[in-house]
Amino acid sequence: MAVHVSSRSRFGTPAGYLAAALIVGVTVVPLLFVALGGFRTTAQINAAPAGLPGPWVWDNYRAILVSETFWQFLGNSALIAVIATVLAVGLGSTAGFALSRYDFRGREAFYTLFTLGLLFPVGLAALPLYQWLRQLGLLENPLGVALPQAAFSLPVTIVILRPFMRAIPIEMEDAAVLDGASRLGFFWRILLPLSVPALITVSVLAFVTSWNAYLLPLLVFNDATNFTLPLGVATFQSQYSQDTALVLAFTALSMIPALAFFVLAERRIVGGLTGSVKG
Amino acid sequence: MTETTTTVGRPVAPPAPPAPPRPRTRRTSTRTRLELVLLLGPALVLFALFVLAPIGIAAFYSLYRWNGFGPLQDFVGLTNYTDALSGPVFQSAFWHNVIIVVLSLVVQLPLSIGLALLLNQRLRGRAVLRAVVFAPYVLSEAVTAVIWLLMLQPGGFVDRVLVAAGLGDLVQQWLADPDVVLYTLFAVITWKYIGFGVVLLLAGLQAVPVEVREAAALDGASPWQTTRLVVLPLLGPTIRIWIFLSVIGSLQLFDLVWIMTLGGPANASTTMATYLVDHGFKRYEFGYGSAVAVVVFVVCFLFALLYQRYVLRRDTEGAVTRMVG
Repeated sequence: MAVHVSSRSRFGTPAGYLAAALIVGVTVVPLLFVALGGFRTTAQINAAPAGLPGPWVWDNYRAILVSETFWQFLGNSALIAVIATVLAVGLGSTAGFALSRYDFRGREAFYTLFTLGLLFPVGLAALPLYQWLRQLGLLENPLGVALPQAAFSLPVTIVILRPFMRAIPIEMEDAAVLDGASRLGFFWRILLPLSVPALITVSVLAFVTSWNAYLLPLLVFNDATNFTLPLGVATFQSQYSQDTALVLAFTALSMIPALAFFVLAERRIVGGLTGSVKG
Repeated sequence: MTETTTTVGRPVAPPAPPAPPRPRTRRTSTRTRLELVLLLGPALVLFALFVLAPIGIAAFYSLYRWNGFGPLQDFVGLTNYTDALSGPVFQSAFWHNVIIVVLSLVVQLPLSIGLALLLNQRLRGRAVLRAVVFAPYVLSEAVTAVIWLLMLQPGGFVDRVLVAAGLGDLVQQWLADPDVVLYTLFAVITWKYIGFGVVLLLAGLQAVPVEVREAAALDGASPWQTTRLVVLPLLGPTIRIWIFLSVIGSLQLFDLVWIMTLGGPANASTTMATYLVDHGFKRYEFGYGSAVAVVVFVVCFLFALLYQRYVLRRDTEGAVTRMVG
């Protein structure tokens, strides 16, 4: 860090570029190993794990793309993530509205109750949740995953939305009321449209959380046709553990949705996380 | 269950609402109550059903010896708790979590700060860099686990790269040696989560005005002094939040460990969460597993409470969790 402020402000330092190169290498090499490994045969990988494809083999990717399994996992993940996100953001925004723009006794108590959920991840709830879902008849049902996920996403959703909704000036509400809008009309026609940036952030967070979840689908689904992508990847890996190339191709394909989504929503994800952390 | 919902739901429509900021007629206040029930009710029901109820149910199960099926009748009081707390495997699981927590603070935090400081320069392509560093964070732990499981196979990618770099002596049985496996897992965790810390700290650094650094430089501070005495203290709130998130995350570690090692070999990488799932779903000790869940929850809760009381208080006047996200 022996760097002068003046030189710092014009260009990066060599140390900076070195660190950048190092961190990019460490981050990207494993991803490349997976993606490129899918273009090799297992024999080639076993002979030279760190080698490059040559000749390029398309069979692994083709086999997975024409099989039903991958698309089924993808569809299941998407369905569950959409339901969980819609529920979390829908119910979270109405609750956020009530907790930010109504005065009533116990409001702060409710808010604290929701925030308590942040300390209690699905993992700890696993045993009772499983029993509970079994009694509700929700095992082997996408709702058995989506409903708890939505519930567990409510705390973050409300924690982010409440200050945002609270910051919208009261004059706007008064003006809407003068124009004959009810409070719910104000919520629906004015507050929600104004909250779109925060709504996008919480949607992205809820979606990614659901999309990446492993434990809950593991508990709820036994039937492989119901599996989500993370569960599918882990299962596929143990099933085809001797066919490394196929596993690599499967893993590479299953990374694509998350990475593509990330590229599209990077600003939202990063902004949402850093923003919410700053309070 | 219904009891939880109603007790929780009752204050939604308080018998005598406090005076609202602007006077409203009696009719509106009835209407307001109705609106509140409509707005808050569905979220509360969902939350009570799937988050609050399991906490309560876990506490209830934990008092029984129960295999998860059939009626609950073998009431054993606190036996499950004493068994868990005195059991060597649970104790080692607890210490594994503590080791991960400590390693995160000692290794990941300085590394994140260092990288953030280095990346907080006008590097070409910094936006791309930030995205690349952050990318592993959006992959699921399942995918991360599978990637590294394959890379760490004996004689696999990692071993070959080390040998090629002349570091063949470092090659280990990464996941099969009980003395090594926990540190291997920690390295994978670091790979996945370091980007989060870096991005968080970069955001914090960008909030430090250039003028502050320049003023320190004008006063004769060396760059290192400026960083240590001016910039790092200004990063305090960000660092304290990172620590909080990191500790809570480390205490609840599950997916990665479960897929990569199932807590093995010989329980060398068992965490509290894998221990509880193992006992609940592999050995059908639901009562015992629930007791473990309650213990882990209490540990997290106590940590959150103490951390809020003694560390975070100066950053925020709200609840501890207000800042988490």
